[in-house]
Amino acid sequence: MADYPNQDATNTLIEQIATASGQGERLVITGHGSKQFYGQAPAGTPLETAGHCGIIDYEPGDLVLRARAGTPLTQIEAVLAEQGQCLGFEPPRFAVQGAARGTLGGAVAAGLSGPRRPWVGSTRDFVLGVTMVNGLGHSLYFGGQLIKNVAGFDVPRLMAGSLGTLGLLLDVTIRVLPIRPAEVTLQLQLSGSEALQRMVEWQRRPLPLSGMVYRDDRLTIRLSGTPEGVAAAQEAIGGERLESADEWWASLRDQRPSFFNPENSLWRVSCAAAAVLPEIAGDWTIDWGGAQRWYQGDATAAELLDYAKKINGSLSRFRPGTTQTSSEPIVFLSEISDPVAAIHQRLKKAFDPDGLFDGSRLPVAGIDQTSTVLV
Amino acid sequence: MTIVTGATVDVADPVLRRQLAADLRQLLPAHCVLDRLEQLKPFECDALTAIREIPLLVVLPENRQQVQAVVQYAHKNAVALIARGAGTGLSGGATPRADAVLLVLSKLNSILEIDADSRVAVVEPGVRNLAISEAVAGLGLFYAPDPSSQVASSIGGNVAENSGGVHCVKYGLTTHNIRQIRYFDHTGGLVTLGGAGLDAPGYDLMALMTGSEGMLGVVVEITVNLLPLPESIVLLQAAFPAMDQAGLGVMKIIAAGIIPAGLEMMDQTAIEVVENYIHMDLPLDAEAILLIELDGTEAEVESQLASVTAEIEKHGAYDLRLARSEQDRIKLWSGRKSAFPALGQVTTDFYIMDATVPRRHLPYALRQIVELSGQYRLRVANVFHAGDGNLHPLVLYDASDPDQVARTEQLADEILTVCLSLGGTLSGEHGIGREKLDKSCDQFSTVELEQFERIKRVFDPEGRLNPGKAIPTPQRCAEIGGMHVHQGKVPFPELERF
Repeated sequence: MADYPNQDATNTLIEQIATASGQGERLVITGHGSKQFYGQAPAGTPLETAGHCGIIDYEPGDLVLRARAGTPLTQIEAVLAEQGQCLGFEPPRFAVQGAARGTLGGAVAAGLSGPRRPWVGSTRDFVLGVTMVNGLGHSLYFGGQLIKNVAGFDVPRLMAGSLGTLGLLLDVTIRVLPIRPAEVTLQLQLSGSEALQRMVEWQRRPLPLSGMVYRDDRLTIRLSGTPEGVAAAQEAIGGERLESADEWWASLRDQRPSFFNPENSLWRVSCAAAAVLPEIAGDWTIDWGGAQRWYQGDATAAELLDYAKKINGSLSRFRPGTTQTSSEPIVFLSEISDPVAAIHQRLKKAFDPDGLFDGSRLPVAGIDQTSTVLV
Repeated sequence: MTIVTGATVDVADPVLRRQLAADLRQLLPAHCVLDRLEQLKPFECDALTAIREIPLLVVLPENRQQVQAVVQYAHKNAVALIARGAGTGLSGGATPRADAVLLVLSKLNSILEIDADSRVAVVEPGVRNLAISEAVAGLGLFYAPDPSSQVASSIGGNVAENSGGVHCVKYGLTTHNIRQIRYFDHTGGLVTLGGAGLDAPGYDLMALMTGSEGMLGVVVEITVNLLPLPESIVLLQAAFPAMDQAGLGVMKIIAAGIIPAGLEMMDQTAIEVVENYIHMDLPLDAEAILLIELDGTEAEVESQLASVTAEIEKHGAYDLRLARSEQDRIKLWSGRKSAFPALGQVTTDFYIMDATVPRRHLPYALRQIVELSGQYRLRVANVFHAGDGNLHPLVLYDASDPDQVARTEQLADEILTVCLSLGGTLSGEHGIGREKLDKSCDQFSTVELEQFERIKRVFDPEGRLNPGKAIPTPQRCAEIGGMHVHQGKVPFPELERF
């Protein structure tokens, strides 16, 4: 760990918050800036966390790591790998000027999870504890170092996916997982409906699954476990073995294929795994064994929303197209009920009564007057 | 912790009780409203039997509309509500109050929908935990969280306490295994959180609701995740000459990349008590016994079993016993599972504690407990979830001896202090409830408690949902701290804590 920067900038950050509060400024929490596209366009003075970095505590036998918010994901993953461990939720490391970036704080604040998510859990499932600063400038510690903890409201998991609207994460304690000794990726040539049928069927069986994606007429399946367990499952599933699979999955996780960076918007539907496939022309990628469906194409927002509603799922415009302006609203298009919207608004106030932290970032109805909500 | 003994006195306002009963009988069938003392008495406590209070009134609605009518009525008339399921909670999360209506949800016990392809079940809060797994077993599925009380405890209470169980080292807690909740807010409005998918837009309000001990809303519908039943399950029991070796064994299994389905430990006192009760020929010279359950595909389990055996043998494991068939596993589990009845044979009363410490500190924490046990002259047995550092010290005492009661309180308090000092928490799975309300002042700072209070008010501005539980107000902690009053002897127990 000695090679990595280890800096505690708590005092500086708290001072910056106090100053901004005194001047009525609005702060936008920024790590590496690798997810700037996500959520509504941020508005305010940047509060930089990259200088607040370093692993505070890591005990492999406890499967727990605590690190400052600005610690790079690449560093955490390298340190974990030395002990045969990994971040189970596979947070994406989106590229900034060609380099894979992303901090632990940013990963938790965005709450995005990679291909392994349906089988091991999401970002929020791995968050055990947080030290944070709310809009009143109070430094708070919630949660702990253990998976089991029923003391107080579960603020650490609430912070996951809150996009920095409730407060600044100073450090995060996360559960880590052992890297399984064997991993095999298989590919099968199938039609969309056949692929969904297989995904549903295989997920009902106790197979050591860790990835299931359908795109370009190919179902790609990853198995992780002991060598014997993976070999037995491989026999049951069949298909062709994919070489250099690690790179394939990392590329998917980080959304490097051009599919994820279209000229128009990249849309995301979150739904039950077995929900019917869309009859909407365009390019679809069905990830998470059916539970996460990506789209790019000519369909209108209204058409996509109809589909999402039909399958009881939710729709979001995940990423603006390469030809779109950054002011284009990137929103959760699915309706949030009035009572839930009201809770959002009140909860934001409960953490940040004066709106010190930019709330427009989380684009749901009611959270902030500046949000644009299309539905 | 407070152990209260003696008969419960009914201190509710009789005029208010009569009025409320009459009003609520307009909204619910007459037999669903209980107001006579002999009817109320059975509801005076949940499974934390040490704290009792006769409720103002008990209502047992039979459907969602009736629950809504009660919540709306309570809102309109400024009446406090305490939601309760099967009443198996061990921290007094559903302890009634003389000034609150106890809203018992056990009659809402239907499984509304099972979707095997999407692996979810939609259930009402009164459905028993085990009933879900039983209902979907034929489809090759199960619901993973399995609190020890799963035969009786209902899913609504599991959500309220974020229940875990023996298998949560691998499968997680309730919060990891549910995807949608419908609840009545404090005004009686129906709110839906989560959705059909693995995530939903906006803040993760499901996280707040789960484990909130009924303080944020009245949950009336839960969509739970189902998992494929494992193809193979084996149970390995191993004895260790020293507690440190057992603790190291636990760490090494995990560090070897294996996450067992269950990883349980019994200490020497527990071994002795259990052996005298069921005669399994347990090694009485062992300081600890580990029970390691592995599940998965046939091939997966066999290879893990070989690794686990090799790891623990390096750390002095002996008297290894392996159970493969369901029958044999039940037999081998019976030692661990008979700990409570076995204790019942050697003591008149025992106090079940719940706290966590990081796995690496388990041996140290257990040595401290042994030392404190000697200091307070009370026996303590430990039967617990080692895999996730969740201790359950069982303090053996005689409730009819006030001196022992006092020593038990002090001992429990010191054990919790040890756990907190090692980076643990006050509760792994039983919750804070009434029991640890004051002790949680030690875990949280004033500003943290203020933050909790503001969250509470987002959902329940008037503080009428389960008042006086789970989260103490900063004011209460300030008074306890400022006056240096010992735990359990608070001068104004009636003080509002929410």
